[in-house]
Amino acid sequence: MNIAEYKDIYVFCEERENKIHDSSLELLGEAVRLVKDRPSLDYKVVGVVIGDHSDELAKIAGHYGADKVIFLHNENLKHYSTEIYTELFMDVIKNDKPDIILIPATVLGRDLAPRIAARSDTGLTADATKLDFDPENQESALLYVTRPAFGGNLFGTIINETKRPQMTTIRPGVMEPVHGDPERDFQFDKREVNIDHIEDKVKLIDVLQKDNMAVDITKADIILSGGRGIGDNFHVLEECAKMIGAEVGASRGAVDKGFIGKDHQVGQTGKTVRPKVYIACGISGAVQHLAGMEKSDYIIAINKDPDAAIFSVANIGLVGDALEILPLLTEEIRVYRERPY
Amino acid sequence: MNILVLLKQVPDTTEMKIDKEKGTLIREGVPTITNPDDLAGMEVALRLKDQCGAKVTAVTMGPPQAENMLRELYAMGADDAVLLTDRKFSGADTWATSNTLAAYIKQVDFDLIIAGRQAIDGDTAQVGPQTAEKLGLPQISYVDDVLEFSKEKIVVKKALENNYEVLECPLPCVITTLSTIAKPRYMRVNGISHAFEKDITIKTFDDLNIDPTIIGLKGSPTKVKKTFTKEVHSNSDILNLDGKASARKVAEILMDMNFIGK
Amino acid sequence: MNKGMNFDLSPKQAMMQKLFREFAINEVEPIAAEVDEGERFPEETVKKMSEIGMLGIPFESKYGGGDGDNLSYILAVEELSKVCGTTGVIVSAHTSLACNPIYTYGTEDQRQKYLIPLASGQKLGAFGLTEPNAGTDAAMQQTVAVDEGDHYRINGTKIFITNGGFADTYVVFAMTDKAKGNRGISAFIMEKDMEGFSIGKTEHKLGIKGSSTTELIFKDVMVPKENLLGPVGKGFMIAMSTLDGGRIGIAAQALGIAQGALDQAVKYTKERKQFGRSISAFQNTQFTIADLQTKIDAARLLVYRAAYMKDMNRNYSSEAAMAKLFASEVAMEVTTKSIQLHGGYGYTRDYPVERMFRDAKITEIYEGTSEVQKMVIASKILR
Repeated sequence: MNIAEYKDIYVFCEERENKIHDSSLELLGEAVRLVKDRPSLDYKVVGVVIGDHSDELAKIAGHYGADKVIFLHNENLKHYSTEIYTELFMDVIKNDKPDIILIPATVLGRDLAPRIAARSDTGLTADATKLDFDPENQESALLYVTRPAFGGNLFGTIINETKRPQMTTIRPGVMEPVHGDPERDFQFDKREVNIDHIEDKVKLIDVLQKDNMAVDITKADIILSGGRGIGDNFHVLEECAKMIGAEVGASRGAVDKGFIGKDHQVGQTGKTVRPKVYIACGISGAVQHLAGMEKSDYIIAINKDPDAAIFSVANIGLVGDALEILPLLTEEIRVYRERPY
Repeated sequence: MNILVLLKQVPDTTEMKIDKEKGTLIREGVPTITNPDDLAGMEVALRLKDQCGAKVTAVTMGPPQAENMLRELYAMGADDAVLLTDRKFSGADTWATSNTLAAYIKQVDFDLIIAGRQAIDGDTAQVGPQTAEKLGLPQISYVDDVLEFSKEKIVVKKALENNYEVLECPLPCVITTLSTIAKPRYMRVNGISHAFEKDITIKTFDDLNIDPTIIGLKGSPTKVKKTFTKEVHSNSDILNLDGKASARKVAEILMDMNFIGK
Repeated sequence: MNKGMNFDLSPKQAMMQKLFREFAINEVEPIAAEVDEGERFPEETVKKMSEIGMLGIPFESKYGGGDGDNLSYILAVEELSKVCGTTGVIVSAHTSLACNPIYTYGTEDQRQKYLIPLASGQKLGAFGLTEPNAGTDAAMQQTVAVDEGDHYRINGTKIFITNGGFADTYVVFAMTDKAKGNRGISAFIMEKDMEGFSIGKTEHKLGIKGSSTTELIFKDVMVPKENLLGPVGKGFMIAMSTLDGGRIGIAAQALGIAQGALDQAVKYTKERKQFGRSISAFQNTQFTIADLQTKIDAARLLVYRAAYMKDMNRNYSSEAAMAKLFASEVAMEVTTKSIQLHGGYGYTRDYPVERMFRDAKITEIYEGTSEVQKMVIASKILR
């Protein structure tokens, strides 16, 4: 393998609801930053869009930082297919020889990336939270990929010196997109691709909506979050959340115990949130949880154990029983709201 | 029908603590568990066995101590257990791990492979799909329910961020399961009584007929350059108030930030 | 076999312990307070335990059992009792007092007909010896079985029968020959559906409130001859040897309650702050906890030894009595002091130690009071 043949940073752009998904725009932004950081490489940011989408959609990648957009288009490619996407991406790897491929660590990305990496026999790092070029060699294109492991207790920096492309999936919500500019110049490389020869054994039969689509804690201003200490009393949080205009979050412990649905989970294996206020109730503060919420603007922690780790990231800590305090808080706010003037 | 379930013994990451002074992980005394997504996959396999009479084989790659996990799986109802263990396998990244698993699986008969979506020590979600690729099999990841299962095909519900997809795939194939797919059954007393009499098939490097350059630490394209723990900062104001005063404090903060209107 | 002293559980026993612990924490602990408060027999737990095989642990699988040993069964009672004394005694009474005499003294036909459904958990068992006028003095039995050819006609009343209201199969003792005193007692297997068999009043108790403790009333119950358990006149011996085994179960229940209470106290004293620090930082707390855990460990060694001796088929009456005597007294002391460590909160139903304290008391009383245990122990020493 001649590593020198490989160049540029390719970003897989995932379409969702007729838009390029935020997680992909974030990667384009990160790729722009990387390229700027190491001008000596003269790398470009290449967005890869696959599907039956409109040119307008594919071009969004250009507006968000891609110097070139490769649009693998086929009218019959209406939805994602592991096999077809892998095969089409393999053609890009063979023809265009990307040095770096960034894929969002979404459900789709985490289905596709390992397949491509295994087919091209290269390494793949999962769920990265930080990317840098080799800090010890200013000419190097070796990517230092930092990612959490052991539930966020430990961080590792991973490199791939021997195989190309260097592939990584990146945790959504971590990187910053650049400001979208419809006037931005970029090269648009639309390729009509043939998929007739690719056998996709997996057939999509139906799409079902989730029962509780309303829960999107990542967009909430206030998150009222409960841990194992709450036990089977999440209704107390729900009542209080309703009163203060919050969404209910939860630690992995509470979700694993079945006290509340997975959609509510904050942390390493759940969602990363950055609300204006995060109220942690009965959450001990395992690193795995802190990883998902410590960037909140303001953190209030309520816990019976004064030595709970959650207090170390809190702006204010209250030693006490959340199940006692929350109903009082609900009442306090209700009285305030119902005041007679 | 033969179902292979791929499982991993992992440290219970929720029990891990950080040595605040040294800034390192305290690994001592951390119990090992069967990875939750994998255990749910085992439960799916056992339910399919209950329904259709399949033979369920647990397969793991790991150190010799992983034998204990396999005995527990016997106690749950697995029919066979295989341990891929060799110093040459250790330190593998996901690519090298899937090469090893695939090398073993190529030697045996199977109709369905079930792997957990991801393991809690690495959270990569890569080994299932990479093993599928190495075996040239179709995959469905993030499976949250099995709707239909027959000799010919499997129909599953896959969980995405905002919805579910119902997907159908002919056998053989690989599915990766979420921990929410099925609550694992308890071991059976009778199962435990006989778990230690059963054979565990041990496969080492010599048994697998595999290129030594694609396995273990040496064969792994990704390498860990360094590891570090996060600093824990302490800048908080910790108050010991009674319930009422605590509630008022939170209310004041929310009001100060203008979240609480009339 | 091991060559000498060994204080480790075997890998098999350790795995059993892990299973029982997981089961107790996930299935039993969450409903323990409610079961107590409502004086409700936890039927759903019994069903779950039967699925796992917890209702016939030490019996062979050909009799529906788990192919385990007595120590494994004891571990089950201990782990259950750590979180719920009620559930502990359901298993203990069923296994030791109903399954065990049928296994030990039953004919092959009786084992097939009665032990298999019991040990596999399809049916629940109970043991009927005590009467209003015959507690420790079993020879005062007023329940009478009259031989009428192909059956016995049984009349009488039993009291304080654990699992009484929810069992299907009962091992019952009755006088077949009053003149012979203890040697005139015989054992019978009775079924709840037998005509003339009814459940009398249910006791309201201080503790183990979810456990069903009832009267059994027999009015001209025709019990077929083939339901005679063991030889005629051997009932007293069967009852005593059955109680020897039962005592290990109750000792394990006491041990579990004690450990469960101390675990709660340890957790609480770490959380509770007074004078600016956790009360576990105070030496009085530390010394109390150290004393209590030491006593619990001593009790555990006695309990496990008794189970081990039963597994080795040795005479274990005295060892079982010692285990029960000591473990039940430790349970009383530990639960009392665990409430003290909780302070005022420990006296409330918001914390489980209040329930554990009430549950502990019965372990000094049933299946032979502490005084009876001392008689058993002394008689062996002084014989």
